[in-house]
Amino acid sequence: MTTYEVVAEGLGKRYGPTRALDRFDLAVPTGTVYGLLGPNGAGKTTAVRILTTLLRFDAGRATVAGFDVLRQPDEVRARIGLTGQYAAVDETLSGRQNLELFGRLFRLGRREARQRATELLERFGLAEAAGRSAGEYSGGMRRRLDLAASLIRTPRVLFLDEPTTGLDPRSRNQVWDLVRALVAEGTTVLLTTQYLEEADQLAHRISVIDAGRVVAEGSPDELKSMTGGDRIEVVVRDAADLDLAARIVAPICGAEPERDPEIRHLSVPVTDRVAGLVDVVRALDDAGVAVEDIGLRRATLDEAFLHLTGHRPDETREPVGAGRKADVG
Amino acid sequence: MTTAVADGWTMTRRNMIHVVRQPEEVILYFSLPIMFVLVFGYVFGSGMQVPGGGNYREFLLPGVFVMTMLYGLGATATGVALDLSRGVVDRFRSMPMARSALMTGRSAADLLRAMLEMSTLLVCGLLVGWQWRLGVGKALLAVGLLLLLRVAITWVGIYLALLVRNPDTVGVIVFPAAFPFTAVSNVFVSPELMPSVIGTISEWNPLSATVAAIRELFGNPGLGGDSWPAEHALLLAVLWPVLLIATFAPLAVRRYRRLSR
Repeated sequence: MTTYEVVAEGLGKRYGPTRALDRFDLAVPTGTVYGLLGPNGAGKTTAVRILTTLLRFDAGRATVAGFDVLRQPDEVRARIGLTGQYAAVDETLSGRQNLELFGRLFRLGRREARQRATELLERFGLAEAAGRSAGEYSGGMRRRLDLAASLIRTPRVLFLDEPTTGLDPRSRNQVWDLVRALVAEGTTVLLTTQYLEEADQLAHRISVIDAGRVVAEGSPDELKSMTGGDRIEVVVRDAADLDLAARIVAPICGAEPERDPEIRHLSVPVTDRVAGLVDVVRALDDAGVAVEDIGLRRATLDEAFLHLTGHRPDETREPVGAGRKADVG
Repeated sequence: MTTAVADGWTMTRRNMIHVVRQPEEVILYFSLPIMFVLVFGYVFGSGMQVPGGGNYREFLLPGVFVMTMLYGLGATATGVALDLSRGVVDRFRSMPMARSALMTGRSAADLLRAMLEMSTLLVCGLLVGWQWRLGVGKALLAVGLLLLLRVAITWVGIYLALLVRNPDTVGVIVFPAAFPFTAVSNVFVSPELMPSVIGTISEWNPLSATVAAIRELFGNPGLGGDSWPAEHALLLAVLWPVLLIATFAPLAVRRYRRLSR
C-alpha cells in the first residue's frame, strides 16, 4: 500500500480578494520526489510556506509526516527541512558557525553540532570556505550551505522551493545530484520549480499549478502524453513536395499534419510509433519524395504545459487572483 | 521553559558573534556619544548654565550615558529588520526551536553589548573630569537603571523592526524618531531654563527620569527644581522602563506571530 508523506486537501489561502491557493490538493508518496510546476505567481511558494508551518491557511487541511500542520506544528518542524530560493542563512556568520548554530537549535549537543557541521561542510564541498562569512559565498555555495542547514537532522520530508533558480548549470547539476542521493537514502522531497527540465529530471510525479489550482497531475510521461504523445517529423528536400508528402502521411497516421513551408517541415501525431515511422518512410519513398530528415520526437513537458495552461511556464504571469504576495510572501 | 532558555542563549551567542565579526558597527555606535561629550562639553559647555551651579561636563555626562542607551535603538531595530529581510527568520520559524528565542536572544545580546558600551563610557567620562561622588553602591545602582532603560528600548526597537520590516527604512527613521526625545529632555539643558510647556514635557520625558535619577545617584549637579517628576525621579526611572517593556514586549510578540498571516 502506498503511504503518503505530505497530504493536502482543499487548501485555500486568500490575501484580501486574491486567491493564492484555491482548493489545492496534494498527495506525495513516501520516498519519492514530487514536483510542483507552475509559473511565477501560481501559488507554489504559498503551498510550501503553508506545509512548512510558516503560513496559516483559511480552508482545508494538511499533514506532513503524519502530523497536522496547524495543530502539531512543532512535530512537523522536527521532521522537515526547508531550502528556499532565497538562501536562509546568517550572512554574517561563517559557514561553520551557521551549521553549528542550526545544529544547536535542533537540540544537538555542542560536540555533536560541531561534528555534524564538519561532516556536512565536507559533503557539500564547503570545507575550505568553512571559516568565511556566508555573505561572501557565491550563489551556488550559499545554496549548498542552505541545503546543508536543512539536513542537519536528516529530515523525513525536504521542501525545496525553486532550489536552482539563479544558479549556473554546474551548481544546478550539483544540487540535482544531492537531491537524488537524499532520495536514495529515503527522504521524501517536495520540489517547486518553473523549469520543466528540472521537474522532468528529478520528479517521479508532478502537479501542474496555475492560479492557485492544480490543473494536472501525473508522472512526467503521463503529462507529456496528454498533449497527444509522440510525433513524426519530416523535412522534405523540395518545398514543392510538401503538399504531396502531407497527403501521403495523413491516412497512415490518421491525422492532418501541420505544415511549415518555410523550413519544408511537417509534423504529425502518431500512436503506433515504430510501425508508423516505417510505413511513412516506405510510402514517401514509393512516391519518390526526396526526404532530407525524418524522425520520431517525444512531446516535451513544455508542450504539455502550454497545452494545459494556455501559456508557457517561463512567462511571468500575474493571473487574476495571484499577486506578488502569493509567490514571495 | 528550559528549551526557551537554551534557545534564547544560543540566539544570544549568535548576536554576540555578529558584534565580534562586525567591530566597525560597534565603533559607529560609540563615536556618536563620544562626539557629543567633546562638542557639548568643550565647545558649547562654556556658555551653558547649570542651575544651582556646577561643572557643565559633570552635568552633561549622565545625559550622554542615557543618550547612548537610546541610540542602541538603531542597532536593535536594524539587526531585527535585517534578519527578517534575509529569510533567515524563515529558517528559524521552520525549526523546532522556542518561538521566543529570536526576541529574547536579541534582548539579552543587546544588554551584554550595552554593558560593554557603559564600561567604555564610564572610562571616557572619568577622562574628561566626570566622577561619581556618592560611593560605588549608588553608582552601580545608576548603571542598573541605565541598563533597565536599554532593555525597554530594545523591545521598542524589536517592535519597530517588525512593524517597518525594511532595514533601509528602519535605518532612516531611527534617528529622527529618537532625536526629539534627547532634545526635549534634561539631557543637555535643565527644563527649568526652557519655555514652560516644553519644560513640562521635558520633565515627563522617560529619558529625563533616568537622567535625573542617575544624576542624583552619581551625585552630579543639576538636580532640577521642585516639580513632581523632578522629586520622584528614582521612582519614574523604574516605572517608565517597566511600562515600556509591558507595552512593547507583548506588541512585538503579537507582531511576530502575525508573520504567519
